[in-house]
Amino acid sequence: MAPQKTETLPIKTASDIVAARQAVRLWAAEMKFSLVDQTKIVTATSELARNTVQHGGGGHMVMSIVESGIHQGLHLVFEDKGPGIADVEAAMRDGFTTAGGMGLGLSGSKRLMSQFTIETKVGEGTRVAVTRWK
Amino acid sequence: MERIPILRMGSFLLVTIQVDMHDQLAMTLQDDLTSAIAKFEARGVLIDISSLEIVDSFIGRMLANIAAMSRILDAHTVLVGMQPAVAITLVELGMSLPGVRTALNVESGMELLHALSESPEETEADGAAEN
Repeated sequence: MAPQKTETLPIKTASDIVAARQAVRLWAAEMKFSLVDQTKIVTATSELARNTVQHGGGGHMVMSIVESGIHQGLHLVFEDKGPGIADVEAAMRDGFTTAGGMGLGLSGSKRLMSQFTIETKVGEGTRVAVTRWK
Repeated sequence: MERIPILRMGSFLLVTIQVDMHDQLAMTLQDDLTSAIAKFEARGVLIDISSLEIVDSFIGRMLANIAAMSRILDAHTVLVGMQPAVAITLVELGMSLPGVRTALNVESGMELLHALSESPEETEADGAAEN
C-alpha cells in the first residue's frame, strides 16, 4: 500500500502536540471521516504525540493517506530515539504510568484506532504506528 | 503568558475553554482556578467545554483534578457542553470522569450549581457543610 500523500511533523514540544492534533484533524476532515471518527483519531494523536515528547524526549510524526483495496485509511507513525520501553506488555495496560498520568496513552490509543503496532528497543527508541480505516 | 479567563458571578466562577489547549495552559488553568476558589470563597465552578473538539487523558485528568480540588475547598464543579463525539471518545479512551458532575448546557449547569450549593450535603459524613 503505497501512500498517496505523506507529511512529516516534528514532535518536540507541547506546542508541537497541538500542531499535530490540528494537522491530523485537517486531513481526517478532508478524507471525510465522520465527526466521531475524527475525534477518535485526533485524541489518539494527542496521546501518542504526548508520549513522544514526555517519554521519547521528542521525535516526529509521519502522517500518510493509505489505501487497501477500496478502503482508504489515515496512517500515523510516531517515532523517537528515546530510552525505549523495557516492558511493553506493562506499558500497554490501562493504568500503567511512569509519568504520573492516567496510564491510558497507549492502551487508549489502541482502542481508538483500527490498527496499532509498537516497536521499541531499550536505548534506541520507540515507533508506534496506527491506522484508522474508513 | 497565555491564560484562560476566569469570570466571577456572585459566589460562582465561570470558565469557558475556547482554545485548543497545550498542556501547560491546562495546568495553569487548574492552578488559577484552585486559587480563585479560595480567594473568592466560591461555592461553585462552571466549566463550559462546548468549544473543545477533543478531551484527551491529560485534559480529562485536569478536569477531574479541578473537581476534586474544588470539593476539598467546599465548592462544586459542573462541567457543561461536552460534544457527543467527545463523550464517545473519552469513554472509549478509558476515562469516564467519575466524580465530575455534568450538565448538557450552561443553563442547566447553573441550575445544578444552585441546587448543589443550597442543599445540605447528602453524601458527606462529616456533617459540617454550611447551608
